[in-house]
Amino acid sequence: MKTWFKSGSPWVWLSAAGVSISLISVVGLLLLIASRGLSYFWPSQIHQFELQNVHGESSVVIGEIYEHERIPAKQLNNKNVDIGDAQTVDRYLVKTGNRELVSLDFRWVLEPMVQKQTQPENVVVIERRTNGNFYGFIEEVYMGGEKVEAATLDDFIERVSELQEDIEQLQGKDIGAINFELERIRLKERKAELDGKLTSQLKADFEQRRAELAQQYNKLEANLNQLRQEVQRDKIVVRAMDGQTVDINLEQVLQITFNNQMGFFAKLGQFFHQIGSFIGDDPREANTEGGVFPAIFGTVLMVLLMTVIVSPLGVVAAIYLHEYAGNNAFTKLLRIAVINLAGVPSIVYGVFGLGFFVYMVGGSLDQLFYPESLPSPTFGSPGVLWSAITLAILTLPVVIVSTEEGLARIPSSMRHGSLALGATKAETLWRIILPIASPAIMTGIILAIARAAGEVAPLMLVGVVKMAPTLPLDGNFPFLHLERKFMHLGFHIYDVGFQSPNVEAARPLVYATALLLVTIIVALNMTAVSIRNRLREKYRSLEN
Amino acid sequence: MTVVAKTFDPRQLKNTLARWLISAGGISVLFTLVLIFMYLVYVIKPIFESASIAPETQIQFLENAQDSETVAVGVDELKEIGFNINAQGEISFYQMQDNEDHARGEHLLTESILSNDENLQKILSTTSNQYVLLTTDGTIKVVEPTFIVSFEGDKRSMNPTVRYPLGEDAIYIDEDEAAIKDFSFVMNEEKAMIMALSEDNRLIKTALIADDDFYYDPEFTAEYQLIADNIDAIDFIQVTPDTTMGVVARNNEVSVYELDDDWDVPVKGQFNPVIESQANITAMTLLSGSSSILFGTDNGDVLQWFEVASDDGRKFQQIRRFKASINEAITQIYPERYRKSFFAVTPSGQVGLYYTTSETQLWQGKMLQSDQQPFAIAPRANGVVLSGKTQLELLTVDNEHPEVTWSALWQEVWYEGYPEPAYIWQSTSGSDDFEAKFSLVPISFGTMKAALYAMLFAVPVALAAAVYTAYFMPPVMRKTVKPTIELMEALPTVILGFLAGLWLAPLIEAYLPAVFLLLILLPLATFITAFAWYKLPKNIKVFVPESFAPMIILPVLILAAMLAFTLSPMIEASWFGGDMRKFITNDLGIDFDQRNALVVGIAMGFAVIPTIFSMAEDAIFSVPKHLTSGSLALGATQWQTLVKVVLLTASPGIFSAIMMGLGRAVGETMIVLMATGNTPVIDWSIFQGMRTLSANIAVEMPESEVGSSHYRILFLAAFVLFVFTFVFNTLAEFVRQRLRDKYSSL
Repeated sequence: MKTWFKSGSPWVWLSAAGVSISLISVVGLLLLIASRGLSYFWPSQIHQFELQNVHGESSVVIGEIYEHERIPAKQLNNKNVDIGDAQTVDRYLVKTGNRELVSLDFRWVLEPMVQKQTQPENVVVIERRTNGNFYGFIEEVYMGGEKVEAATLDDFIERVSELQEDIEQLQGKDIGAINFELERIRLKERKAELDGKLTSQLKADFEQRRAELAQQYNKLEANLNQLRQEVQRDKIVVRAMDGQTVDINLEQVLQITFNNQMGFFAKLGQFFHQIGSFIGDDPREANTEGGVFPAIFGTVLMVLLMTVIVSPLGVVAAIYLHEYAGNNAFTKLLRIAVINLAGVPSIVYGVFGLGFFVYMVGGSLDQLFYPESLPSPTFGSPGVLWSAITLAILTLPVVIVSTEEGLARIPSSMRHGSLALGATKAETLWRIILPIASPAIMTGIILAIARAAGEVAPLMLVGVVKMAPTLPLDGNFPFLHLERKFMHLGFHIYDVGFQSPNVEAARPLVYATALLLVTIIVALNMTAVSIRNRLREKYRSLEN
Repeated sequence: MTVVAKTFDPRQLKNTLARWLISAGGISVLFTLVLIFMYLVYVIKPIFESASIAPETQIQFLENAQDSETVAVGVDELKEIGFNINAQGEISFYQMQDNEDHARGEHLLTESILSNDENLQKILSTTSNQYVLLTTDGTIKVVEPTFIVSFEGDKRSMNPTVRYPLGEDAIYIDEDEAAIKDFSFVMNEEKAMIMALSEDNRLIKTALIADDDFYYDPEFTAEYQLIADNIDAIDFIQVTPDTTMGVVARNNEVSVYELDDDWDVPVKGQFNPVIESQANITAMTLLSGSSSILFGTDNGDVLQWFEVASDDGRKFQQIRRFKASINEAITQIYPERYRKSFFAVTPSGQVGLYYTTSETQLWQGKMLQSDQQPFAIAPRANGVVLSGKTQLELLTVDNEHPEVTWSALWQEVWYEGYPEPAYIWQSTSGSDDFEAKFSLVPISFGTMKAALYAMLFAVPVALAAAVYTAYFMPPVMRKTVKPTIELMEALPTVILGFLAGLWLAPLIEAYLPAVFLLLILLPLATFITAFAWYKLPKNIKVFVPESFAPMIILPVLILAAMLAFTLSPMIEASWFGGDMRKFITNDLGIDFDQRNALVVGIAMGFAVIPTIFSMAEDAIFSVPKHLTSGSLALGATQWQTLVKVVLLTASPGIFSAIMMGLGRAVGETMIVLMATGNTPVIDWSIFQGMRTLSANIAVEMPESEVGSSHYRILFLAAFVLFVFTFVFNTLAEFVRQRLRDKYSSL
């Protein structure tokens, strides 16, 4: 034993434990997110608990089991249940849905109270536009007030979803475009007024245009009202767990599934369908339900803008550092600047971006180019452009470091060869060095994208919002609206997880969003790392 | 090749152009960093500048109005129109700035407030812009100079009028209509409160309760109360703007009365503020916010008193003393309406501008001819008006951020209502005259605490992992292990924060004993496994060599963790009375937050581990091989070589790795934002939360008003973070550079 200690072997093992802990935490973290995130999409079994308390009162609870835990009996402050002298008690967290009937859509079920636990075949999960899921049994189906066969339900739902799509199109796109046009006319008029060019002729033109738009609007609105009536035609009558029946208009219904009747493949199909709608749909119910499409869109657009800004800057800076800068104090200073840009906390960039870009630069732009819409700011308020620029500064060192590493790996014999053949330095760079270094540049850009996609703190100050009414890219001229605020996956996680009124209900969605974000970032990183590794191999063979 | 030929060669031109462009691009990196620094400084600078006062404009009174002495002055919010009230009870408005309609100095309006048979005895101005004229009959008239802004198209015009919020009729203060010696008056929308001493020596309280709202309707009901009889004289009398307290000073004895009782006017406190200094009270006024009383004394001090909770109930206590004059008495004190600033005036007209919370003198100089000269602070506190014999003077006061000084940010400050000086961060509140508490100490402390707990967790794990990976691990394994751990660095911190707040915090709360058990179980399990391997017969050891150690321990550690979590409820039941959280709060008396330093330590530890690991591993791995070979050849064991040779050589690199990790922990925002309760408390307890500089910025920046003190202090917080990480990063980089040089020379 003593010799064993003297050999130092225990300490070696202890340091090995450090590796193990790090590995467990990385892999464990990813697995945790993956399992929780994916289970959000998997249609779970619906359980029916028949409960009885000490007073002999019984009740029925129907829902999905969310969690199962074992707690010390002493922590339980429940007089309604007799647990004998057991040390620990098992309990289930059940999502009971039916938010309009019960105040809490989650409920703890204590194991000792459960008399019978079944999975009824005919229980349905109704996914709704508002009020969350409904769990219960379908009693009757009505078409326009007439009772019809339950089998026609699928067609009805199909019809409703088509109508809803039309409504969305009318409301969001067509009417939105008219409002946008009206606002533009107002701004044009105001601009003409400010410039002193508002003639009565011009004014009449604007009025006429407005009248036309109002006419169009009325027509669309009539259409919309008609569609709204259409969509409310059918309803179903459902029985909830406590026996009361509820009318649900099909207009509210997104999907009806019989989870307990599904086989594995049916569930798999449903699983992918859920993933699809998560990625492609808009959020509902204050972001706690529905999809995350605007957040994905916002993240991608912002990151693309950032890439456009950061790539040339980063590459040029790296080329300067590696190819042009002499080995002097100034270069050292530059390198320290690069290190510090990488080390400055991201929130500081946010503060800088808000003060400098948004208020100072944006404010001046507004004064110069958008006086007609003042005092409401155009570029003088947080928006996607400022976010992209702020993150571009933040990720600049990532691109520089990676590109420079790539440049350093190119053997100097290649440069010498090119120069010896009479090429200028610029030509050598453009024709020889950059093409060879391009994978390294790619690596840098990908790493920068991964970093930017996950960064939230600065964005909270310079442009991200919890709910953006319009996407920064749409069909209205000039199509790309750089001044608009946007939604972001990372911020979505923070907002839904911590700022939403019903955190418990939103948690699975947060896990799913986190999974999506992690998948994107890990994939980007892996790509970058593998490109880099391949590059290293290539040059190793070149060097020899 | 000649120079001329060179310049005209398009290829060379391109070459030169490229050189310039690329150099500019490279330098722009440095430029960016400098820009950030300069911009932060630019925003912060104004808060440390002291106040300045400069003459802005001066206008002459109308000639026929020059005979009567001016007794009160004032100006509108935008400092466009000034006015004076003379001893005959006439108010006259004058244009103070040129505009489209009126030239500067133009007389706009004169109105008589008092009728011919009324004689002005005293005039009082309230903090809410009313002027109260007391006549020799014992009646008052309340006027409010009002400025009506109207728009005609884009043209804005402003016209002065006089509003009578209590009606145009004279109001007797006393029920018996006696003359009044001295009085104080305040009003809000619901009521007006008057405290007065009558000619027949009664101290009385009169409340005028609005029937509806004084803003729309001057109708009121009066309620009269007698406070005390046989008081022949008082020196000073004041009613707090919230109408709840009355303060009377008499022969240096100060009595505070409670005024919000309809039946009784009890004495709340009695004290002598000058008993120690042997001075006399020569001025008394109330600071905005209705809780502090300011006394001027004849030895040139201004004393701030307020009520403080102590063991024997609430008591008035002297909080601060300002030496406002060396050789003169302080005879007038003018408080600002919303902030804790005041002007102290001496008989010779010396004026000092002070701010109580930050305990600073902001400005001093001779502004007035005497202390009797009418003087008023502009409503937005950005100017003062004073009147001479024939003219009205307007001075600009540039005093945007009086509440911020270096000492107010970093030292204990005695805030109103607090029992003792404290470090408090509380930037906003519902009320207008709230005393902002901008101490950066609690949030800087929170930053340190969070970083420290994170480092406590991260440094051992990261260094152990780095040592093993760099020194013991076979290259094949290293190739996969290193990128895997480094992958953690790429994980968005928002995800770590979310997991810490919503998954880890409840988990730790529920399985608290398990966490502490793990601290013992994990090393123990490692040692047992190691010893078991050591005792293993040789022929089996061949199949599982020591270099597989991490893989061998991995399942053991997972099992140990599972064991800890299974045992947790039982330990809790047998040792901690079934609930460790309750045990900690009740039996140990330690506050327990669900989102506490332990959670932050672990979560942020995870964020920092890859940073430290990666750099430390690089440093250890690049220790030249001949050093280790030499040591091993001389008979040292692997471990001895590691400790005595490798770690020693790589120590600067390890140091710089830790510095980098610390820099990251200090600036991390999302994790602390989500995994702490964000309460700015100063407490090292592992079971309590904190608020960090970065989280504070994230929480408060979006709602702070641009250009306000709050906004600039948040920039200061960012600047502190910037400087802090700059120092750490530069230090780390410097050390690393030197190490690299050393290695290459070896």
